Amino acid sequence: MADELILETRGLVKEFRGFVAVGGVDLAVRRGEIHALIGPNGAGKTTVFNLLTKVLSPTAGRILYAGEDITGLKPAAVARRGLVRSFQMSAVFPHLTVLENVRIALQRELGTSFHFWQPESSLGVLDQRARELLAEVGLEPYARMVAVELPYGRKRALEIATTLAAGPRLLLLDEPTQGMGHEDVDRVAALIQLAARERTVLMVEHNMNVVARIADTITVLQRGLVIASGPYAQVARDPQVVEAYMGADADALGGVPA
Amino acid sequence: MRPATVALGIALAAAFAAPLIGVYPVFLMKLLCFAMFACAFNLLLGFTGMLSFGHAAFFGAAAYATGWLVTARGWGTLPAILAGVAAAAALGAAIGALAIRRRGIYFAMITMALAQLVYFVCLQAPFTGGENGLQGLPRGSLAGLLPLKSDVAMYYVVLAAFLGVYALIRRIVHSPFGQVLKAIRENESRAVSLGYEIERYKLVAFVLSATLAGLAGSLKALVLGFVTLSDVLQANSGEVILMTLLGGTGTFLGPVVGAGLVVTLEEYLSDVVGGWVTVIIGAVFVACVLLFRRGLVGELAALRSRR
Repeated sequence: MADELILETRGLVKEFRGFVAVGGVDLAVRRGEIHALIGPNGAGKTTVFNLLTKVLSPTAGRILYAGEDITGLKPAAVARRGLVRSFQMSAVFPHLTVLENVRIALQRELGTSFHFWQPESSLGVLDQRARELLAEVGLEPYARMVAVELPYGRKRALEIATTLAAGPRLLLLDEPTQGMGHEDVDRVAALIQLAARERTVLMVEHNMNVVARIADTITVLQRGLVIASGPYAQVARDPQVVEAYMGADADALGGVPA
Repeated sequence: MRPATVALGIALAAAFAAPLIGVYPVFLMKLLCFAMFACAFNLLLGFTGMLSFGHAAFFGAAAYATGWLVTARGWGTLPAILAGVAAAAALGAAIGALAIRRRGIYFAMITMALAQLVYFVCLQAPFTGGENGLQGLPRGSLAGLLPLKSDVAMYYVVLAAFLGVYALIRRIVHSPFGQVLKAIRENESRAVSLGYEIERYKLVAFVLSATLAGLAGSLKALVLGFVTLSDVLQANSGEVILMTLLGGTGTFLGPVVGAGLVVTLEEYLSDVVGGWVTVIIGAVFVACVLLFRRGLVGELAALRSRR
């Protein structure tokens, strides 16, 4: 059974000077799924996310990735194992071109990243692969543009292309549709589904419409604890979850899809 | 041909012809050494985004090492230069390893504090000549083939070294490594999330910068024939920052132009106005910060790309 899980946390605790942000979270992410982590503001979603990406280290508990204990590893080491994160604000390298942004992520594989004596043109072998990734997210026509000039939604797409270029087996997305209009939300949701075809996705998300539509499993956090976990339809009916979201008003969950 | 290429060609031709048409070679060599120093510094500030306040330590340490080896130990010129450069690299690795653990102002403060430490060692150690420094450095000859006593011969060696360093820095910036440095400068946490151990990249950049700064220091010691405390002084660290900002950080030619401007002002104005030269350079710096933030070369480049 353990083989089925790509990521697991056991009794994960994070305290900040006595304040318990995460109070013993057991999370189990199944391989190949889109798993959403939701919860009201202050529920500890971001803290859990930061613990998984090693930005924070836990007060207690363990994190297992593909059966390996990664609790003590550094962020870059975790990334090299295939657990790659994206950022809340679209994190691109603003003054590199769109193509170079993606190529940076591909470049590590070449093993020449310390070669200061080699010409930049030696990276040209990656261009083809970079363009393919850009084409997947619809950015191929913008390859030569400087990233800072892209509109917000496209930056997000570039970020996802870059994240995919890093070769993740488990993709961690931090509020991927935050601050977006309808059209962009739809595009990003489609991108996530595309990305999830070959890998597992764990996302922290506010937008219930997106979660309801694309997530296979949902874990609900409240005050640092897991209060429910399962498919959307099951979780949305859970009285504790309904209670957590705006009293007893089930409509606040954004409506169960028909 | 693009106007920039033409201008560069003219500058290069002028650099080759300068001592032949009667420009004082020692002044030119001093200028080239500081230009090299500023280029090395800019590799760190302009292309990696790290502001070091202690680069005089590498410049000075290499100058002292080379100076001591050619005077007290009778080493040949080339081995002494290489040893000086190696000393700067080792010092760069030590100071860099400590400093890169912090960012921004804290990074700057650590480099400054450790550079002060190097200064006090140079002041107190028995082999540095204390307040007097090291005098009468022989230039010797290059691998026993080319005697360097003549200023013109020495000038071409320094010019070749400068062009080599300039080309090397261009290559470093436009290399797979330089690409990662740019990514780190633009977005550190993103670079980490892509699996890069950014500390190692920063350390390599720091050591490269210190090494090239050391080469500038060693050559300057041989050019002038002496090493003094002013080479390793905090003021020297400040001066290289000023040169780089004045010319334009993150541009290749900026540090060269900035060094040229500062060295020329110091050389010619100090005869005319004496100690006031510091005030004048300070005023130029203030004007630069207020009017053209990107530095002279940076502003020109921005102006051109706007058109």
